[in-house]
Amino acid sequence: MKPYETYLLDRANVAGAHQLATFQKLGGYKGLEQVLKSGMTPAQVVDEMKKSGLRGRGGAGFSTGMKWSFMPDITKDPRVRYLAINADESEPGTCKDRVLMEKDPHGVIEGSLIAAFAIRASAVYIYVRGEYRLSHDRLLAAVKEARAAKFVGKNILDSDFSCEVFLHKGAGAYICGEETGLMESLEGKRGHPRQKPPFPAQSGLWNSPTTVNNVETVFNAPFIVQRGAAWHAGIGTQNSKGNFLCGISGHVNRPGVYELPFGTTAREILDEKAGGMWKGRQLKAWFPGGSSCALLTGADVDVVLDHDSLRARGSSLGTAAMVMMDDQTSIARVMEVIARFYEHESCGQCSQCREGTQWLSQIFRRIAHGKGQDDDVATIEALAKGMAPGKTICALSDAAAIPTLSAIKLFKEELIECIRQKRDPLGIPAPKYASVGAH
Amino acid sequence: MAVPNKLMALPKKLTDEFDELVKNYPERRAALIVALHRCQEELGGWISPEVMEDLGAYFELEPVEVFGVASFYPMFNLRPVGKHVVSVCHNISCDLRGAQDVIAKACEVTGAPLGGTSKDGKWTVRHVECQGACANAPMFDLDGVYHEDLTVEKVAQILGGVR
Repeated sequence: MKPYETYLLDRANVAGAHQLATFQKLGGYKGLEQVLKSGMTPAQVVDEMKKSGLRGRGGAGFSTGMKWSFMPDITKDPRVRYLAINADESEPGTCKDRVLMEKDPHGVIEGSLIAAFAIRASAVYIYVRGEYRLSHDRLLAAVKEARAAKFVGKNILDSDFSCEVFLHKGAGAYICGEETGLMESLEGKRGHPRQKPPFPAQSGLWNSPTTVNNVETVFNAPFIVQRGAAWHAGIGTQNSKGNFLCGISGHVNRPGVYELPFGTTAREILDEKAGGMWKGRQLKAWFPGGSSCALLTGADVDVVLDHDSLRARGSSLGTAAMVMMDDQTSIARVMEVIARFYEHESCGQCSQCREGTQWLSQIFRRIAHGKGQDDDVATIEALAKGMAPGKTICALSDAAAIPTLSAIKLFKEELIECIRQKRDPLGIPAPKYASVGAH
Repeated sequence: MAVPNKLMALPKKLTDEFDELVKNYPERRAALIVALHRCQEELGGWISPEVMEDLGAYFELEPVEVFGVASFYPMFNLRPVGKHVVSVCHNISCDLRGAQDVIAKACEVTGAPLGGTSKDGKWTVRHVECQGACANAPMFDLDGVYHEDLTVEKVAQILGGVR
């Protein structure tokens, strides 16, 4: 791997960077200061983001500048507007935003404020998943420090820009990471995703124009405004710019969250960062970006990690959370775990998803437990095709169908053999504690 | 704002807190989920029907609406739990690195059945979906604190040391 410059995790690696004094010593809040003191207009900040090529890091990979530009023109639509930060990180395999919130919470706040300035939001709500207690407490302390130092509140740094930052806690529902489910939850309701249109920029939180951004996405903003869109656009590949945080977990020697430039191959991350597969074993299968992506095999490990390259392989970058599985892994068991997750997390509004995720879970469970029936693989395939694409209010149904169809495409023989032999062909047991979790 | 009913289950300390909390939002009910968290933390680790009724009165919602919200979110306990709650992640990254062994050991050390509470009321052990600790799998959350990179030895040591 060629040497490369890091910036996203530099402060996080310094002890005490979660406190304002250290954060500022390391150059913190200089990006916000530059925006407010250089006379940049919101439109100019949006333009910088567009030119930088920054794409959202929550899974969909949409252009950040473009998303910001969807907010209505303030001269024609004077409604109050909101920024919601999606810190409901719960895509299986994903643990990157947590690093930023725990170790560099002021960086998250600074990025949020620049985003809020760009979209003319008067309030930021950071929606932190309820289990992330340390992330929440660190952010809360950081907001207090930032308010005392005039980085948050009225007339920030004596400019005309005023913005409040509030924290909100989730309570364990994956679906609240979906942007409209998140907004319902912020309004104190069940996290049932909303029909689109209207899109959040037209009618989001409390029927006001709203932008929802992922933590890592806005975290990039201060670096881009300080060093320029051209600098950011000079890193990475044609349509995927800058550095990104990559989580790597599963059967590797050194699981972790690493900062890498787009263009790095999966093999480089596996071998040079994660120390290779554990126990000297081979890579059998992997998710490149969380469990909602299509599975890939060991033969795909030289793929470049970026949006286009993974799409060309039939998968996606998702949250860049690589989950690596060795040659002693049972695909039936993996799919039992994955299908159970989507069954548990379906909000139940759409029948395709509510029923489909339950059936997938039940059938994968019986296959993994040696009780599969002859036509189960065909049934699963038919079910998954009935659940996606785009047949439901939100993408959770698709997220359950995509890994399912990839498992059938890549490991059909193994699943059929598992049914025929009434056990995993490698003799790997199914999970003993297999029921859907509490609740 | 005047609260219509007499709140029997909510101490003044909490309603004072909620009076401040609702100021963070343009609509009062937006604070409901955060309020449910605070009730669970302060009032015995679960949300009783009485608490839901009082929250309904406080937020000007029907109690069934509060129940609808509380029951949607897995973190809210609608039945009493043990003095200590162990939530073991059993999603993919943890499963690949031994979550099943962690569950078995946690149940063995505490005497709690999976998804239930030990006879002495000290422990609840349950399995939960991805907690975002995938790079430090396997893990559990003990009373709101993450314990990561677990081995069965560490599970026994950590849980054995809880009074």
